[in-house]
Amino acid sequence: MQLRPCKVAGKITKRKSWSEFPKWEGVPRFELFSGFMFESLQRTLGDAIKRLRGRGRLTEANIREALEDVRIALLDADVNHQVAQDFLERVTKKAVGQEVLRTLDPGEQILKILYDELVVLMGPVDASLPKPGKDRPGVIMLCGLQGQGKTTTAAKLALTALNKGRKPLLVGADLQRPAAMEQLRILGEQLNVPVHIEPGTYDERGNRTGGPNAVEVCKNGIKRAKELLRDLVILDTAGRLHVAEMPMEELRQIDRVVQPDHAYFVCDALTGQDAVNSAKAFNEALELNGVILTKMDGDARGGAALSVKEVTKVPIKFLGVGEKLDRLEEFRPEGLAQRILGQGDILSLVEKVSKVQAEIGEEERLRQQKKLEKGTFSLDDFRKQMEMLKKMGSAKDLLASMPGMGNVIPSGQDPDQSLRRIQGMIDAMTKAEKADPDLIDYNRRLRIAKGSGTKAEEVKQLLNQFEQARGLMKMFAGQSMFEKIKAMTSMGKMGAFAPGARIGSKGDTGHRKSPRERAMERKKKKK
Amino acid sequence: MLGAIWQKLKTGLARTRDLFTGVAGLFRLKGRVDEAFLAELEKRLLSADMGALVSRDLVAQVRQSFLDREITGDVEAHVRQHLRSLLGDDDRSFHLAESGPTVILIAGVNGSGKTTSIAKLANRFHKEGKKVLVAACDTFRAAAVEQLALWAQRTGVEIVKGQTGADPASVAHDACVKAQARGFDILIVDTAGRLHTQTHLMRELEKIQRILAKQIPGAPHEAIMILDATNGQNAIAQAQEFQKVNNSTGLIVTKLDGTAKGGSVFAIKQKLQLPVKLIGVGEGMDDLEPFDPDAFVAALFE
Ligand SMILES: Nc1nc2c(ncn2[C@@H]2O[C@H](COP(=O)(O)OP(=O)(O)OP(=O)(O)O)[C@@H](O)[C@H]2O)c(=O)[nH]1
Ligand SMILES: Nc1nc2c(ncn2[C@@H]2O[C@H](COP(=O)(O)OP(=O)(O)OP(=O)(O)O)[C@@H](O)[C@H]2O)c(=O)[nH]1
Ligand SMILES: [Mg+2]
Ligand SMILES: [Mg+2]
Repeated sequence: MQLRPCKVAGKITKRKSWSEFPKWEGVPRFELFSGFMFESLQRTLGDAIKRLRGRGRLTEANIREALEDVRIALLDADVNHQVAQDFLERVTKKAVGQEVLRTLDPGEQILKILYDELVVLMGPVDASLPKPGKDRPGVIMLCGLQGQGKTTTAAKLALTALNKGRKPLLVGADLQRPAAMEQLRILGEQLNVPVHIEPGTYDERGNRTGGPNAVEVCKNGIKRAKELLRDLVILDTAGRLHVAEMPMEELRQIDRVVQPDHAYFVCDALTGQDAVNSAKAFNEALELNGVILTKMDGDARGGAALSVKEVTKVPIKFLGVGEKLDRLEEFRPEGLAQRILGQGDILSLVEKVSKVQAEIGEEERLRQQKKLEKGTFSLDDFRKQMEMLKKMGSAKDLLASMPGMGNVIPSGQDPDQSLRRIQGMIDAMTKAEKADPDLIDYNRRLRIAKGSGTKAEEVKQLLNQFEQARGLMKMFAGQSMFEKIKAMTSMGKMGAFAPGARIGSKGDTGHRKSPRERAMERKKKKK
Repeated sequence: MLGAIWQKLKTGLARTRDLFTGVAGLFRLKGRVDEAFLAELEKRLLSADMGALVSRDLVAQVRQSFLDREITGDVEAHVRQHLRSLLGDDDRSFHLAESGPTVILIAGVNGSGKTTSIAKLANRFHKEGKKVLVAACDTFRAAAVEQLALWAQRTGVEIVKGQTGADPASVAHDACVKAQARGFDILIVDTAGRLHTQTHLMRELEKIQRILAKQIPGAPHEAIMILDATNGQNAIAQAQEFQKVNNSTGLIVTKLDGTAKGGSVFAIKQKLQLPVKLIGVGEGMDDLEPFDPDAFVAALFE
């Protein structure tokens, strides 16, 4: 089943890159093709989602309704049904209770949450190739089912490596498929890259009757690479079924004997529901390090990538986008997320959302700047900022965009939980304390900690952070949001917002100020 | 014979029982048909790549007929029968020319198993005592010609080759001439893999088809699309486009020896009237079987 353009509605503009879902000029309508029982039922994912009318909060009920259509879209994109279900559960949890940003409708907001979530899920990106070791080249092994594109991808990787100044060597360890070695040899020749093959002999039925086995070919290939001073070896293995005992054992043997630095699972974008089974089996046999998704140049939506990612948890490294050897691209989750959702205009939505967020942020900033100028920026305002963060969705990326919030959340901690703790602490303070944090002495800290189920240490840390946020906000008060974010994040990296109890100790002076000193400084600033 | 065939299919399926639970297990449950049961049924249909709409429709039917009723053999029979009826009762044989060579054109997306399926077909016809010629019209992919040449050698049939980079239509032309001049019974034409969205390559395929038709009356007598059973919903778009360009007469579904079920053929049959003619159940030249719709549905229940 495919969401395909409805002929009468407009004309398809040519796609500039693989990630761009075909765009329609004119009325963007889709025909929900497949439906022999639902003859040419016309609608779009966008339409479906827009049925969600009315503004305000996203509720469990309105989300579920919208997400049923999203589920169908994911299934059409070949995301495994179980993976799709788990994914949508998580999105629902994220979305419930979020306030809908003005100028967006709830459907758009859900789409944005979906998109963000997909992007996070399919990251992180890592297009690195294994470095050579002390006494041997880096070694990559490709594996996967039959006909996925391993041999072609082996050559593509060799070209990528060449372009990075590496010296690759290809090893043809597919002794199974007729002319597999010849195929690799020709591709190597085209690239002027050495290829190690050991043809051997075959009987008239195609059974190998002489020559080394695949494990030995790999071993010899690495030896040869050392002799030729090559710094990267790419092993092309035969395609095999994940349920075939002997062939899978052969892979495990290669893995044990030559110990490749990286094992990549090559999977084509056309793959359906079964992707979870094959990926799981290959991952169990080999502990994969990466996935390469091929045949992305067609109109397959590539949902299998999500399934494989969920099962293996290893990065998707590259995309094959054509048969020619230069058609390998580094993976970008944004493009694939867009494609799986089948929404050509999602990027404009993302832009729209960030614009709204920036506007809101800007208004709030102006308000807070005024407060700062009047010297009234309080812990209550601090809390409000965080409340905003939470409402605006995916806390992690948004945190960075708020003044003074860059690194409030220690890395490795669940941001939502950290935010809750911080809010808890602020809520446990009295009005007077919130307005003038300098009042908060040791005893008060103890009380606040007790009231919020946190530790006195943490309260202290929070006050330090608030102090710094206030300082920074004033410093950057005149700058644009963008400059501010930049400044904040680089500050964060310098350690001004270093997480943990040592806040301040790694800062500019290296001198930890006493509350009294801080109070003095603040008074000076207020003047 | 047929028993052995399906045995192979079944063992492939049985091995993975821990990975995949077929539809049948569900019907052995005790209790009533409720929403949980229906959700589970849908899941199992989806796992077989039947697609959201086909699955949803079938589930809706079961809901309408059986909701709150005891889970009995009736439910299973209904589902089986429904699935079976979707596959229809087509003529799955290959149409042979009344006189002169029968031309079979093979096409499909990259890596789906075209060349291997040709080896299997050639082997089969050769064993039937027919004089078989294969044409290596994949002049694009590295070693595609060598691959087919090896298969020709193994199966004991003849081959017409062009140079790498040659016009595939001219190879097709030469093959037709040879087939007619030398009295071959069967000519099987291998083509390069192409995604159905690549318009220039689809046009190239059209051209091959035109040449065949011009050289030999009624050719191609069969235009077969090779479908990889592990493919998901994209299979439907593939079938649609190849049918449009190529007037496909049927499918060979390959790689059914794995754990994928190839459930997209239900929608393909319904939407495009394209029947499955044969199935591929391995990499060897004997691993080709007739498509048996009863067994295919039964395999979903294994
Ligand atoms: N369109 C397209 N075709 C591709 C891509 N990658 C590989 N192919 C084609 O897919 C087919 C199979 O590629 P191979 O590299 O032979 O696949 P393989 O995994 O080595 O196959 P086996 O060794 O038989 O398992 C060939 O026709 C390739 O040209 C891609 O990114 N896009
Ligand atoms: N397990 C299994 N493997 C198959 C089957 N049919 C083909 N293969 C394998 O799939 C891979 C690709 O087969 P090919 O026949 O080269 O596919 P193709 O469609 O000609 O590929 P291109 O010409 O590159 O587009 C090879 O490794 C075959 O051995 C099958 O029925 N079962
Ligand atoms: Mg290969
Ligand atoms: Mg081929």
